[in-house]
Amino acid sequence: MSILVFIEQRDGAIRPVCREVLGEASRLATSLSGRVVGVCAAAADPGLAGLGDAGASEILLATHDAFRFYEPSGMVKAVVAAVEKVAPKAVLFAASSMGRDLAPRVAARLGVGLAADCTALAVEGGRLVATRPVYAGKATQKVSFARAPAVASLRPKLFAPMAGGNGNAAIVTPLPIAYDPAAVRARVREIKATSAGVQDLTEADIIVSGGRGLKGPENFHLIESLAAALGGTVGASRAVVDAGWRPHADQVGQTGKTVSPKLYVAVAISGAIQHLAGMSSSRCIVAINKDPDAPIFKVADYGLVGDAFEVVPALTEALTRLHSQG
Amino acid sequence: MLQVVCIKQVADTETRVKVGADGKTLDSAGITWILNPYDEFALEQALRVKEKLGAGEVVVLSLGGPGVATVIRNALAMGADRAIHLKTDVVQPDALAVAQALAQEIQALSPQVVWLGKQAVDLDQAQVGPMMAELLGLPCVTVVAAIEIEGSRAVAEREIEGGREVVEVDLPALFTTDKGLNEPRYASLKGIMAAKKKPLEEKPVSLAAPGIELLGMALPAPRAAGRIVGSGVAGVAELVRVLREEAKLI
Repeated sequence: MSILVFIEQRDGAIRPVCREVLGEASRLATSLSGRVVGVCAAAADPGLAGLGDAGASEILLATHDAFRFYEPSGMVKAVVAAVEKVAPKAVLFAASSMGRDLAPRVAARLGVGLAADCTALAVEGGRLVATRPVYAGKATQKVSFARAPAVASLRPKLFAPMAGGNGNAAIVTPLPIAYDPAAVRARVREIKATSAGVQDLTEADIIVSGGRGLKGPENFHLIESLAAALGGTVGASRAVVDAGWRPHADQVGQTGKTVSPKLYVAVAISGAIQHLAGMSSSRCIVAINKDPDAPIFKVADYGLVGDAFEVVPALTEALTRLHSQG
Repeated sequence: MLQVVCIKQVADTETRVKVGADGKTLDSAGITWILNPYDEFALEQALRVKEKLGAGEVVVLSLGGPGVATVIRNALAMGADRAIHLKTDVVQPDALAVAQALAQEIQALSPQVVWLGKQAVDLDQAQVGPMMAELLGLPCVTVVAAIEIEGSRAVAEREIEGGREVVEVDLPALFTTDKGLNEPRYASLKGIMAAKKKPLEEKPVSLAAPGIELLGMALPAPRAAGRIVGSGVAGVAELVRVLREEAKLI
C-alpha cells in the first residue's frame, strides 16, 4: 500500500518541512511494504527528483503558471487526481500554513476524515492510528480512520527526515488535471515578508520568548539579542501580545502557536497553563525568572532564578563570546 | 448583505483537562464554557462589515447540545441579528459531519460571506471552515489577519511562515479569522436586553457517519523534573555549560 505525500512549494522553492513528512511516510511505507509517492503542483518542476533522497520513489507533478503561489482550488484537484491514480492507504500533509488549509479541503472532497496536526502515526493491526494533541497539548487523542484513504497532517519539527538518503532520484511524472484558471475566485496577489530570514516560530529550532516581566515593549531588545546570539526566533506570552507589545504572530500558547523547538527559552514568563500548553512539547526548556516559585520552573529542564534585566545580557554576552571562540 | 457566523462553545482556556469516564472525551465536570475565542474575531468582523455598509443581516449558526444557547445569546447580545441552533446530543461530533450539516444549512441561506474562527481551542483541528468551503464550492481564505471588503470583492491577508499572503477573493466567500484581526466588543447592557427578543431558531440535526474514529484520550506524560542551575548573573556560566555539555544544544 502506498503513502501519498503532498509536496509544498512556494515560488519554486520546495518547503523543507516536506522532508519530515516524507521521512515518516517512508517509515510507514516500510511497515506496509509499500512505496512513497509525492504529489506537487507548481509553475515548473522545482527540483523534485532530489526528493528521492528524502524517501519519495515517484512524484506526480501538475504544472500551471497559477501554481507559483498557493492556489488551493487547483491543488485540491491535483491531490485528488493523484489519489485516484495511486489509490494510497494514506495521504499526508505537513501541518504548515499550506497543509493546514489544503488537507481539510482534500478530505472534504474525498468524503473522508482528517487527523490534523498529528504528533505520531503508527500502523496497528493493519490500520493507521494517529496521535494528535488537543486543548493545545493539555491532552492527546488517538484516532483512526473510518474510510480510505486516511488523510493526516503532521506537525512540523517532530518527524525526522530520512538520514543520509539513498542517493536515488525520484521519478517525476506529469499529472494531467482539468484546470480552468478563469474559474478561480481566490488568488494570491503577493507575499509580504514580515521577518526576512527569520524562521517562523512553528519551524524554528530555537525560540526565546519574553513575558510581562520585561515591563515594556522597549525592553524586548534583550530577547531579540539573546535570540540572535542563539540563532533563534523571538516568541511572546499572551499577556505581552494582549498588551500590544508584540504582534499576535509571535504568541506562543493556546490562543497562539503551539511550538516544538529543540530549545525553548522562557524569559520573565510565569507559566500560565495556556502558555505551558503551547510549548511543553519542546525538547529542552530553559526558564529565567526572578520568582523561584513560578510555575514555569515545573516544566523547565534548566532554571535560572534571577532578574531578566541582569541575567539576559550576561547570557547573551557569554554566548556571543562562546561563538567568537568557535 | 447576508453574513453567516459559525460559532462553537468550548471549554475555557484556563481549564485543567481531565479525561472523562468514556476514556475518549473531556470530563465536563466543573468546566466553564465560553464562546471559542477565535469565533469572537469572526463575529466582530461580520458586525463591522454590516455597520460599514449600514445594511444587511448577521446570522449566527451553532451546532451542539442545549448548553450552546448561552453562547448564542451572547453573540446576539454583541449584535448579531438572529441565530440558528442545530441541536444534537452527540458530545464531540465529527468534524466532517459537522461541516456537512453546517454547509447544508448555509446553502439554504445563500450568504455573501461565511465567517468562522481559524480553529476551535478544544480539538484544534482547524478543519470545519475549509471543509465547508469545499462542500459549498466557495473560495476561502483561512487564518485571516487583515481584510477589506469592497463591493463583491475582498482582499485578505493570511499568516504564513515568515510573512503574509495577500489574497484577492470574489464574494461569496468563506473566511476563518485569526487573533489580531480586530478587537472584539463586549455586549452592552442594551445589547443583552435586546438579545432576549431576537429570533433563535432551533432545529434538530442528524449527523452523517463520522470520518474519524476516536479511540481514546490521554494526558501527556508529565515532563521529568528539571533543576535550578543557579541564580543571578553568577548562574549564567553554569547554564551555558549544561546547554553545551549535557543538552548539546549550543
